[in-house]
Amino acid sequence: MQHTSTQDTLVGLFVASGIVGLFFLALQVSNLSSFVERDSYTITASFENSGGLKVKSPVSAAGVKIGQVSAINFDPKTYQSVVQMSIDSQYNTLPEDTTASVFTAGLLGEQYVNLEPGGSEEFLKNGGKIEITQSAIILEKALGQFLFKSAEEKK
Amino acid sequence: MIEFLQHLGENTRTSFTKLGRGTFFLLQTISGIISVLARPRLLINQMHSIGVLSFLIITISGLFVGMVLGLQGYYTLSDFGAEEALGVMVAASLVRELGPVVTALLFAGRAGSALTAEIGLMKATEQLSGMEMMAVDPIKRIISPRFLAGFLSMPLLAALFSAIGIIGGQMIGSGLLGVDEGAYWSQMQANIDFQDDIINGVIKSIVFGFVTSWIALFEGYDAIPTSEGVSRATTRTVVNSAFSILGLDFILTTLMFGD
Amino acid sequence: MDNSVSHQNSLVSVRNLSFSRGNRKIFDNISLEIERGKITAIMGPSGTGKTTLLKLIGGQLFPEQGSITVDGKNVHQLRRSDLYNLRKRMGMLFQSGALLTDMNVFDNVAFPLREHTHLTESMIRTLVLMKLQAVGLRGARDLMPNELSGGMARRIALARAIALDPMMIMYDEPFTGQDPISKGSLVHLIKSLNNTLGLTSIMVSHDVQETAAIADYIYVISEGKIVGQGTPKEIEQSPSEWVQQFMTGAADGPVHFHYPAKDYVDDLLSTGKRY
Repeated sequence: MQHTSTQDTLVGLFVASGIVGLFFLALQVSNLSSFVERDSYTITASFENSGGLKVKSPVSAAGVKIGQVSAINFDPKTYQSVVQMSIDSQYNTLPEDTTASVFTAGLLGEQYVNLEPGGSEEFLKNGGKIEITQSAIILEKALGQFLFKSAEEKK
Repeated sequence: MIEFLQHLGENTRTSFTKLGRGTFFLLQTISGIISVLARPRLLINQMHSIGVLSFLIITISGLFVGMVLGLQGYYTLSDFGAEEALGVMVAASLVRELGPVVTALLFAGRAGSALTAEIGLMKATEQLSGMEMMAVDPIKRIISPRFLAGFLSMPLLAALFSAIGIIGGQMIGSGLLGVDEGAYWSQMQANIDFQDDIINGVIKSIVFGFVTSWIALFEGYDAIPTSEGVSRATTRTVVNSAFSILGLDFILTTLMFGD
Repeated sequence: MDNSVSHQNSLVSVRNLSFSRGNRKIFDNISLEIERGKITAIMGPSGTGKTTLLKLIGGQLFPEQGSITVDGKNVHQLRRSDLYNLRKRMGMLFQSGALLTDMNVFDNVAFPLREHTHLTESMIRTLVLMKLQAVGLRGARDLMPNELSGGMARRIALARAIALDPMMIMYDEPFTGQDPISKGSLVHLIKSLNNTLGLTSIMVSHDVQETAAIADYIYVISEGKIVGQGTPKEIEQSPSEWVQQFMTGAADGPVHFHYPAKDYVDDLLSTGKRY
């Protein structure tokens, strides 16, 4: 039972470093930090086809992540996919005529929403809707069209 | 044939009685935890010999496992032009599987075997019996603090293992092989989910900590009090812990990531 | 079996006790009385379950039949907490000493005090040093158990056993494996502790000389039965051949030199089992 204080210190260090490890995993490794802390506002966009987009897929503008997809629903009236996105509130100057497209990062990478700002003076607000959208490119569709075209050209 | 059946029957019976004794032992141990909380000094002593002394082996192993994952992941991913996904790959493998599983296996070898040998020898040298005659319940005084310490140390050790592994992977990936550091972290953050990955990983390591400490302490307590009996019990601790950890990992993975 | 000892003055009474381990009967319906303030020895060859008897008295094992009462309480019908309270008043000296190997001598002796009392550290220190002084090992307080000789370990264990000032002490083979000097000092210690502290002592042993020197009353057990009892003098003059063989240590007698086996010549001539 001697050296009690050294032992206490070591145990304290051990527990502290374990907790630091847990915090590191929570804040630096996982996405916890992206939906706690920061304020955000929500905008929606309707796509013909949202492809492989998922909840939590990134939303970026000019290659920088500015938010993430918070919900994806099918609209039974328009037969479109309604994508809800929460955008970091520091990026509150997106013009109303912004274009939203579903892109793929690399050939096999994940899909994300790319926002291309337009020239309007009015900015999107919470609950705003992006009118101009471009659907995901479905690889099978694109390939099919390409093959069909080249077959026609040969005739 | 009849001999075989008889043998099988006998084995079944002994394993069931052992399971029964083990469960009873576990219940006693858990009920003893309350009295441990009243005397935190006992817990700190054990956190020292179980957690602190496993610290080095866990951190060094974590670093190397992370570095190997960085190398192997890079070679595989660069074939598809997807080096940016290295961070996701390293973090997902560590947080979901390797962190909890490898930590638990190392823990069973480092701390579990030591616990079995310690308890087994205390039994062989009549220390446990002596305590009982001094009206001190050895379960409360000896077993419960060790159980609680093992059970608390495991998630901390596993978190350390994963965190250091991820840093090791980053060191190799972006330090040596030229993966963009920002991409390493941002892809990781975009794809590793707090609830699905981190919390599930922690739950796994808590389950493993519970089972490994239970096995180690029970094998020691149930050991035949001779040198041979203690050595066999120590072996059984490592073997049974490894089986339980890997089997439970499969079951937990199916439940957690199955959908 | 008639008991010459008066029942009123006995601290421990064992009545019609039977206990077996596996198929072997260790005790077969035995009764004995341990008188207050006296040293009672239970003797018999190794393997007759003398240690088992102490564990039965301490409530660590349960008898198949019969009862054991200590200080008027039936040990095996007590609730757990009452049994633990009773054990605080019983000391036991194990053959190996059973010191806790992860603490030094001082902490070992202090262990029961720290577990069961709320005394201050300075009071504990005083008490521990007094107990260590009583066994003559006050100077060894900082040693670890692995640095002690067998005799010293037993004396430390004795200091620990008397730490809570018990009403009785059970000694399990206190003299086995000791050199003559430690045997002598243990004999002296047991006797003087018994007299000065007013203890009741139960001693299990097969060391005839040392036991006969200090015991007030002796029971001799063989094959689960009591084969002789009385004061050391009475035992020495016992008419029982068995008791005579045990006390004098003759190689052959009622207890045979050979472990039971079939006929020697037959055994040599048969083919036997191949291994």
